[in-house]
Amino acid sequence: MLKDITIGQYFPGDSLIHRLDPRFKIVITLIFIIMLFTGGSFVCLAIGAVYTLIAVLLSKIPVKMFIKSVKPIMPFLLITAVLNLFLVSTGDVLWKWKFIKITSDGIDISAFMMFRIILLITGTSLLTYTTSPITLTDAIERLLSPLKKLKFPVHELAMMMSIALRFIPTLIEETDKIMSAQKARGAEIDTGSFMTRARNLVSILIPLFISSFRRADELATAMECRCYHGGEGRTRLRQLKSAPRDIAALAVTLLFFGAVITVGILLK
Amino acid sequence: MKNIIEIKDLHFYYEPNDGDPLPEDVLKGVYLKIKEGEFVAILGHNGCGKSTLAKHLNGILVPTDGKVIVDGIDTSDESKLFELRQTAGMVFQNPDNQIVSSIVEEDVAFALENLGVPYEEMRKRVDDALKAVNMYEYRMHSPSQLSGGQKQRVAIAGVIAMQPKCIILDEPTAMLDPQGRKEVLAAIHRMNREMGITIVLITHYMDEAAACDRVVVMDKGDIVLDDVPEKVFSKVEKLKEIGLDVPQVTELAWELRKAGYDISPEIITEEECVEAIQKLFS
Repeated sequence: MLKDITIGQYFPGDSLIHRLDPRFKIVITLIFIIMLFTGGSFVCLAIGAVYTLIAVLLSKIPVKMFIKSVKPIMPFLLITAVLNLFLVSTGDVLWKWKFIKITSDGIDISAFMMFRIILLITGTSLLTYTTSPITLTDAIERLLSPLKKLKFPVHELAMMMSIALRFIPTLIEETDKIMSAQKARGAEIDTGSFMTRARNLVSILIPLFISSFRRADELATAMECRCYHGGEGRTRLRQLKSAPRDIAALAVTLLFFGAVITVGILLK
Repeated sequence: MKNIIEIKDLHFYYEPNDGDPLPEDVLKGVYLKIKEGEFVAILGHNGCGKSTLAKHLNGILVPTDGKVIVDGIDTSDESKLFELRQTAGMVFQNPDNQIVSSIVEEDVAFALENLGVPYEEMRKRVDDALKAVNMYEYRMHSPSQLSGGQKQRVAIAGVIAMQPKCIILDEPTAMLDPQGRKEVLAAIHRMNREMGITIVLITHYMDEAAACDRVVVMDKGDIVLDDVPEKVFSKVEKLKEIGLDVPQVTELAWELRKAGYDISPEIITEEECVEAIQKLFS
């Protein structure tokens, strides 16, 4: 059962969005986030919404996936909305009961915030849905590579990240085995009170930790045997090449960004 | 043919903690020469020092005393470490703990990336290595989707991609099912035959050793037998004394001999055994 866990949220596919250069995708997502936070009016958000909608449709990922990604933050969204609704005191008072009042600005702002956050989640989910974690790590390494000059360990961080990703399935399998082994010895993992279960979890974590250390040690030796010596002078099998479509995607994004800024200025 | 590996009076012990007395040598003066293109099996009981010996062949461990020369490189010369590791590749027991990347072909490329091989050449060497172990169609898979035997073959491809002259395999089949074992052994034999790579196979399976050119038996940190498999396995009593088995057919022939039948003691394959027994009755 543990084997069914998917790593990250990657949704394999071959759409235009999937094929974009991951470095461009990250940059575009950053621009998208800035775009959402520059525009202060509903028109600006509407432009952002059109942009998001086009991207979602191009990605060919079922819309229900995006609904699923918004769901976990729903409580947070509602709290923000309710707080804004009651705490904003400017604008026309529409409803009043003792010291609590709802104003037109309150409604505006809470709706605006909700709308903005939903767009934000949808847009950023699109990045993780269409890019595998390993590609994402790779792209981040390359985008951050100028920081190497400042002695920032970019390669090392990316290497750790990709090894962690590589070992997730292995460790899940191992946990499964240890759980079965401990159950066979009478450990109560699924039953019993919260405290007993928590205590019994230790009997899973300790073997898991010990074996992870052993694995790390063996992996380090194996990496040394294959001449690993850090990021210096490394070449890569995975070549990232930007295609015209990447430039086009960036241009379209900038166009939308420009539109948001223009509208923002005009409406002031 | 020239020797690719030369070990002279190799002594080794693991450095003790401060204050502890000096431990007993794990390797006690090993002498061994291996010729280019040879297929050598190293047999021995747990703790006999065979894995320790293997780790000396590509400089993971360096001798406490004595010398290990691999293709003209002294393994204690740190300035030539990368050269040494390219010459002598190493494959370990657990395939899971030697695969670095989440994509098969990238793992095979790992050593080449480290060595700074340019892209075009890397691409070709990765593809060739994957084809050599029959894993080419799995190049875009994630290692977690593969069986143990397939993973071990990916690990072997990762070593072949470095184009080593010699590959040391430390019990590469110990964690595999029979099918996986067969696949991995076939790949190893093919590498030896078709690419002329020298193979040092550390194993505790007698049938794997019987299929090699030469068998080296170790016990308590030293080499006790070193000969062609037929000769080594004919010394059934000696092997049993140090706690090793012989292939089943060799044991059968040995029992028959003990019972007074005239049968050769140098039988290591089933075919030879069948033939010899048929001769007894004709």
